[in-house]
Amino acid sequence: MLTEDNKRAAFRALQDRIVNGEGRASPKQRARAFSNAGLSPPLDGLLGKVATRPAHVTDADFAAARAAGVGEDELFELVICAAVGQSARLYDAGLAALADAVAGEEDG
Amino acid sequence: MRLEVLNRGYGPGTKLLFALIQLLSRHPVPDAAKLVFYRPDFYGSRAKEFTHEAMRGPSAWSVGDRELMAAYVSKVNECAFCIGAHTATARQAYQDGPKVAAVLADLESAPVEAPLRATLRMLGTLTREGKVGAEDMREVLVAGVSRQQVQDALAVCAAFNTTDRLADSFGFEVLSPEGFKAGAKYLLKRGYR
Repeated sequence: MLTEDNKRAAFRALQDRIVNGEGRASPKQRARAFSNAGLSPPLDGLLGKVATRPAHVTDADFAAARAAGVGEDELFELVICAAVGQSARLYDAGLAALADAVAGEEDG
Repeated sequence: MRLEVLNRGYGPGTKLLFALIQLLSRHPVPDAAKLVFYRPDFYGSRAKEFTHEAMRGPSAWSVGDRELMAAYVSKVNECAFCIGAHTATARQAYQDGPKVAAVLADLESAPVEAPLRATLRMLGTLTREGKVGAEDMREVLVAGVSRQQVQDALAVCAAFNTTDRLADSFGFEVLSPEGFKAGAKYLLKRGYR
Protein backbone atom coordinates (compact mmCIF):
# COMPACT_ATOMS: atom_id res chain seq x y z
CA MET A 1 0.00 0.00 0.00
CA LEU A 2 1.13 3.52 -0.73
CA THR A 3 0.32 6.18 1.81
CA GLU A 4 -0.70 9.68 0.79
CA ASP A 5 2.12 12.08 1.69
CA ASN A 6 2.24 15.82 2.34
CA LYS A 7 3.25 16.52 -1.25
CA ARG A 8 0.24 14.71 -2.63
CA ALA A 9 -2.04 16.39 -0.09
CA ALA A 10 -0.73 19.84 -1.10
CA PHE A 11 -1.38 19.04 -4.76
CA ARG A 12 -4.94 17.93 -3.93
CA ALA A 13 -5.54 21.19 -2.05
CA LEU A 14 -4.51 23.14 -5.16
CA GLN A 15 -6.64 20.96 -7.40
CA ASP A 16 -9.68 21.29 -5.16
CA ARG A 17 -9.35 25.08 -4.92
CA ILE A 18 -9.11 25.79 -8.63
CA VAL A 19 -11.91 23.45 -9.68
CA ASN A 20 -14.39 23.73 -6.79
CA GLY A 21 -13.61 27.08 -5.16
CA GLU A 22 -14.90 30.51 -6.09
CA GLY A 23 -14.02 31.76 -9.56
CA ARG A 24 -15.06 33.92 -12.50
CA ALA A 25 -15.44 30.92 -14.83
CA SER A 26 -18.24 28.53 -13.90
CA PRO A 27 -17.31 25.38 -11.94
CA LYS A 28 -18.63 23.33 -14.87
CA GLN A 29 -16.34 25.12 -17.32
CA ARG A 30 -13.35 24.79 -14.96
CA ALA A 31 -14.05 21.06 -14.57
CA ARG A 32 -14.12 20.71 -18.37
CA ALA A 33 -10.82 22.59 -18.70
CA PHE A 34 -9.31 20.42 -15.95
CA SER A 35 -10.35 17.16 -17.64
CA ASN A 36 -9.72 18.51 -21.19
CA ALA A 37 -13.08 17.15 -22.27
CA GLY A 38 -16.42 18.57 -23.40
CA LEU A 39 -15.08 22.04 -24.33
CA SER A 40 -16.48 23.95 -27.32
CA PRO A 41 -14.53 25.99 -29.91
CA PRO A 42 -12.50 28.11 -29.66
CA LEU A 43 -11.63 27.21 -26.04
CA ASP A 44 -11.09 23.55 -26.93
CA GLY A 45 -8.21 24.61 -29.20
CA LEU A 46 -6.42 26.77 -26.64
CA LEU A 47 -6.98 24.52 -23.63
CA GLY A 48 -6.26 21.33 -25.57
CA LYS A 49 -2.86 22.78 -26.44
CA VAL A 50 -2.23 23.80 -22.82
CA ALA A 51 -2.84 20.18 -21.82
CA THR A 52 -0.98 18.35 -24.57
CA ARG A 53 1.27 20.73 -26.57
CA PRO A 54 1.87 23.83 -24.45
CA ALA A 55 4.90 24.95 -26.45
CA HIS A 56 2.54 25.41 -29.44
CA VAL A 57 0.16 27.89 -27.76
CA THR A 58 0.06 31.16 -29.74
CA ASP A 59 -1.26 34.71 -29.40
CA ALA A 60 -3.92 33.73 -31.95
CA ASP A 61 -5.29 31.04 -29.61
CA PHE A 62 -5.85 33.70 -26.93
CA ALA A 63 -7.24 36.17 -29.50
CA ALA A 64 -9.80 33.60 -30.67
CA ALA A 65 -10.94 32.97 -27.08
CA ARG A 66 -11.25 36.73 -26.39
CA ALA A 67 -13.18 37.25 -29.64
CA ALA A 68 -15.66 34.63 -28.40
CA GLY A 69 -16.24 36.78 -25.30
CA VAL A 70 -14.08 34.93 -22.76
CA GLY A 71 -12.68 37.45 -20.28
CA GLU A 72 -9.08 37.76 -19.05
CA ASP A 73 -9.84 36.39 -15.59
CA GLU A 74 -11.76 33.46 -17.02
CA LEU A 75 -8.82 32.68 -19.30
CA PHE A 76 -6.44 32.93 -16.34
CA GLU A 77 -8.51 30.36 -14.45
CA LEU A 78 -9.20 27.99 -17.34
CA VAL A 79 -5.56 27.82 -18.49
CA ILE A 80 -4.52 27.02 -14.91
CA CYS A 81 -7.22 24.31 -14.68
CA ALA A 82 -6.02 22.76 -17.95
CA ALA A 83 -2.37 22.77 -16.82
CA VAL A 84 -3.06 21.35 -13.36
CA GLY A 85 -5.50 18.82 -14.85
CA GLN A 86 -2.90 17.32 -17.16
CA SER A 87 -0.38 17.23 -14.30
CA ALA A 88 -2.95 15.47 -12.10
CA ARG A 89 -3.40 12.77 -14.75
CA LEU A 90 0.37 12.26 -14.92
CA TYR A 91 0.65 12.17 -11.13
CA ASP A 92 -2.20 9.62 -10.88
CA ALA A 93 -0.76 7.48 -13.70
CA GLY A 94 2.65 7.42 -12.02
CA LEU A 95 1.27 6.51 -8.61
CA ALA A 96 -0.97 3.79 -10.13
CA ALA A 97 2.02 2.25 -11.94
CA LEU A 98 4.04 2.37 -8.71
CA ALA A 99 1.19 0.67 -6.79
CA ASP A 100 1.04 -2.05 -9.50
CA ALA A 101 4.80 -2.58 -9.37
CA VAL A 102 4.78 -2.78 -5.56
CA ALA A 103 1.78 -5.18 -5.55
CA GLY A 104 3.66 -7.41 -8.03
CA GLU A 105 6.71 -7.42 -5.73
CA GLU A 106 4.61 -8.31 -2.68
CA ASP A 107 2.73 -11.09 -4.55
CA GLY A 108 5.97 -12.52 -5.88
CA MET B 1 2.71 37.86 -20.98
CA ARG B 2 -0.32 37.04 -23.08
CA LEU B 3 -2.86 38.12 -20.45
CA GLU B 4 -2.94 41.82 -19.63
CA VAL B 5 -4.06 41.03 -16.08
CA LEU B 6 -0.73 39.24 -15.54
CA ASN B 7 1.20 42.25 -16.80
CA ARG B 8 -0.75 44.99 -15.03
CA GLY B 9 -3.40 43.58 -12.72
CA TYR B 10 -1.64 44.11 -9.39
CA GLY B 11 -2.50 46.30 -6.43
CA PRO B 12 -0.24 49.14 -5.17
CA GLY B 13 1.40 46.97 -2.48
CA THR B 14 2.40 44.28 -4.97
CA LYS B 15 3.62 46.89 -7.47
CA LEU B 16 5.80 48.39 -4.76
CA LEU B 17 7.15 44.94 -3.91
CA PHE B 18 7.99 44.31 -7.60
CA ALA B 19 9.82 47.65 -7.73
CA LEU B 20 11.82 46.75 -4.61
CA ILE B 21 12.74 43.30 -5.97
CA GLN B 22 13.90 44.90 -9.21
CA LEU B 23 15.91 47.52 -7.32
CA LEU B 24 17.61 45.02 -5.00
CA SER B 25 18.23 42.22 -7.51
CA ARG B 26 18.97 44.57 -10.44
CA HIS B 27 16.84 42.24 -12.60
CA PRO B 28 13.21 42.50 -13.69
CA VAL B 29 10.77 40.39 -11.63
CA PRO B 30 10.50 37.05 -13.46
CA ASP B 31 7.08 36.26 -14.92
CA ALA B 32 7.01 33.06 -12.84
CA ALA B 33 7.05 35.24 -9.71
CA LYS B 34 4.44 37.65 -11.09
CA LEU B 35 2.04 34.80 -11.83
CA VAL B 36 1.82 33.69 -8.19
CA PHE B 37 1.05 37.25 -7.06
CA TYR B 38 -2.01 37.56 -9.30
CA ARG B 39 -5.17 36.60 -7.38
CA PRO B 40 -3.05 34.40 -5.09
CA ASP B 41 -6.13 32.90 -3.46
CA PHE B 42 -7.00 31.21 -6.77
CA TYR B 43 -3.64 29.69 -7.69
CA GLY B 44 -0.51 31.27 -6.23
CA SER B 45 -0.81 30.47 -2.52
CA ARG B 46 -1.51 26.77 -2.91
CA ALA B 47 0.80 26.40 -5.91
CA LYS B 48 3.69 27.86 -3.89
CA GLU B 49 2.88 25.57 -0.97
CA PHE B 50 2.84 22.47 -3.18
CA THR B 51 5.93 23.41 -5.20
CA HIS B 52 7.90 24.21 -2.05
CA GLU B 53 6.91 20.89 -0.47
CA ALA B 54 7.92 18.99 -3.64
CA MET B 55 11.21 20.86 -4.16
CA ARG B 56 12.34 21.65 -0.59
CA GLY B 57 10.22 19.43 1.68
CA PRO B 58 11.64 16.29 3.33
CA SER B 59 13.00 13.82 0.75
CA ALA B 60 15.86 11.39 0.26
CA TRP B 61 16.54 13.26 -3.01
CA SER B 62 18.85 16.25 -2.65
CA VAL B 63 17.76 19.75 -3.68
CA GLY B 64 20.16 19.42 -6.66
CA ASP B 65 18.55 16.13 -7.74
CA ARG B 66 15.07 17.66 -7.58
CA GLU B 67 16.14 20.78 -9.49
CA LEU B 68 17.69 18.50 -12.11
CA MET B 69 14.39 16.58 -12.37
CA ALA B 70 12.62 19.93 -12.87
CA ALA B 71 15.06 20.88 -15.62
CA TYR B 72 14.76 17.45 -17.25
CA VAL B 73 10.93 17.45 -17.27
CA SER B 74 11.06 20.99 -18.69
CA LYS B 75 13.42 19.81 -21.43
CA VAL B 76 10.96 17.07 -22.42
CA ASN B 77 8.20 19.71 -22.49
CA GLU B 78 10.47 22.08 -24.51
CA CYS B 79 9.76 24.88 -22.04
CA ALA B 80 12.55 27.44 -22.58
CA PHE B 81 11.83 29.51 -19.45
CA CYS B 82 11.83 26.54 -17.06
CA ILE B 83 14.83 24.87 -18.72
CA GLY B 84 16.79 28.10 -18.17
CA ALA B 85 15.58 28.61 -14.61
CA HIS B 86 16.10 25.07 -13.33
CA THR B 87 19.30 24.33 -15.24
CA ALA B 88 20.75 27.38 -13.48
CA THR B 89 19.37 26.26 -10.11
CA ALA B 90 20.58 22.63 -10.47
CA ARG B 91 24.04 23.88 -11.52
CA GLN B 92 24.33 26.07 -8.43
CA ALA B 93 22.89 23.41 -6.11
CA TYR B 94 25.34 20.75 -7.32
CA GLN B 95 28.19 23.20 -7.96
CA ASP B 96 28.58 21.11 -11.13
CA GLY B 97 27.53 22.66 -14.43
CA PRO B 98 28.97 19.93 -16.70
CA LYS B 99 26.93 17.20 -14.97
CA VAL B 100 23.67 19.10 -15.48
CA ALA B 101 24.54 19.85 -19.12
CA ALA B 102 25.41 16.18 -19.74
CA VAL B 103 22.07 14.94 -18.35
CA LEU B 104 20.12 17.35 -20.53
CA ALA B 105 22.19 16.48 -23.62
CA ASP B 106 22.09 12.68 -23.24
CA LEU B 107 20.72 11.06 -20.10
CA GLU B 108 22.04 7.58 -20.92
CA SER B 109 25.70 8.61 -21.16
CA ALA B 110 25.63 11.28 -18.41
CA PRO B 111 27.77 10.80 -15.27
CA VAL B 112 24.95 10.24 -12.75
CA GLU B 113 24.19 7.36 -10.37
CA ALA B 114 21.87 4.56 -11.53
CA PRO B 115 18.93 5.49 -9.23
CA LEU B 116 18.77 9.08 -10.48
CA ARG B 117 19.20 8.02 -14.13
CA ALA B 118 16.39 5.43 -13.87
CA THR B 119 14.12 7.99 -12.18
CA LEU B 120 14.76 10.68 -14.80
CA ARG B 121 14.12 8.13 -17.56
CA MET B 122 10.75 7.22 -16.00
CA LEU B 123 9.78 10.90 -15.55
CA GLY B 124 10.68 11.49 -19.21
CA THR B 125 8.46 8.62 -20.38
CA LEU B 126 5.56 9.77 -18.20
CA THR B 127 5.82 13.39 -19.34
CA ARG B 128 6.32 12.55 -23.03
CA GLU B 129 3.75 9.77 -23.37
CA GLY B 130 1.28 10.67 -20.63
CA LYS B 131 1.56 7.19 -19.15
CA VAL B 132 3.99 4.81 -17.56
CA GLY B 133 3.67 1.10 -16.78
CA ALA B 134 4.39 -1.14 -13.81
CA GLU B 135 7.39 -2.50 -15.72
CA ASP B 136 8.88 1.04 -15.99
CA MET B 137 8.40 1.44 -12.25
CA ARG B 138 9.97 -1.93 -11.47
CA GLU B 139 13.10 -0.81 -13.35
CA VAL B 140 13.28 2.26 -11.12
CA LEU B 141 12.83 0.21 -7.93
CA VAL B 142 15.41 -2.37 -9.07
CA ALA B 143 17.89 0.49 -9.62
CA GLY B 144 17.71 1.12 -5.86
CA VAL B 145 15.09 3.85 -5.63
CA SER B 146 12.71 3.59 -2.64
CA ARG B 147 8.94 3.80 -3.05
CA GLN B 148 8.90 7.10 -1.21
CA GLN B 149 11.59 8.47 -3.54
CA VAL B 150 9.42 7.51 -6.54
CA GLN B 151 6.49 9.34 -4.94
CA ASP B 152 8.71 12.36 -4.28
CA ALA B 153 9.90 12.38 -7.90
CA LEU B 154 6.30 12.18 -9.14
CA ALA B 155 5.51 15.28 -7.06
CA VAL B 156 8.38 17.19 -8.74
CA CYS B 157 7.06 15.94 -12.09
CA ALA B 158 3.54 17.23 -11.31
CA ALA B 159 4.87 20.60 -10.14
CA PHE B 160 6.89 21.15 -13.31
CA ASN B 161 4.36 19.80 -15.74
CA THR B 162 2.10 22.48 -14.29
CA THR B 163 4.66 25.30 -14.33
CA ASP B 164 5.96 24.40 -17.82
CA ARG B 165 2.42 24.56 -19.20
CA LEU B 166 1.71 27.92 -17.57
CA ALA B 167 5.07 29.35 -18.70
CA ASP B 168 4.46 28.45 -22.33
CA SER B 169 0.74 29.23 -22.37
CA PHE B 170 0.96 32.61 -20.64
CA GLY B 171 4.19 33.39 -22.50
CA PHE B 172 6.81 33.91 -19.77
CA GLU B 173 9.67 36.06 -21.01
CA VAL B 174 12.96 34.14 -21.12
CA LEU B 175 15.54 35.88 -18.90
CA SER B 176 19.19 36.64 -19.62
CA PRO B 177 21.74 34.12 -18.24
CA GLU B 178 22.44 36.65 -15.45
CA GLY B 179 18.72 36.89 -14.70
CA PHE B 180 18.43 33.11 -14.43
CA LYS B 181 21.51 33.00 -12.17
CA ALA B 182 20.01 35.61 -9.86
CA GLY B 183 16.73 33.66 -9.79
CA ALA B 184 18.57 30.41 -8.99
CA LYS B 185 20.36 32.05 -6.09
CA TYR B 186 17.01 33.23 -4.71
CA LEU B 187 15.38 29.78 -5.13
CA LEU B 188 18.26 28.09 -3.29
CA LYS B 189 18.16 30.60 -0.47
CA ARG B 190 14.41 31.01 -0.03
CA GLY B 191 12.70 28.15 -1.87
CA TYR B 192 9.31 28.49 -3.53
CA ARG B 193 7.15 29.90 -0.73
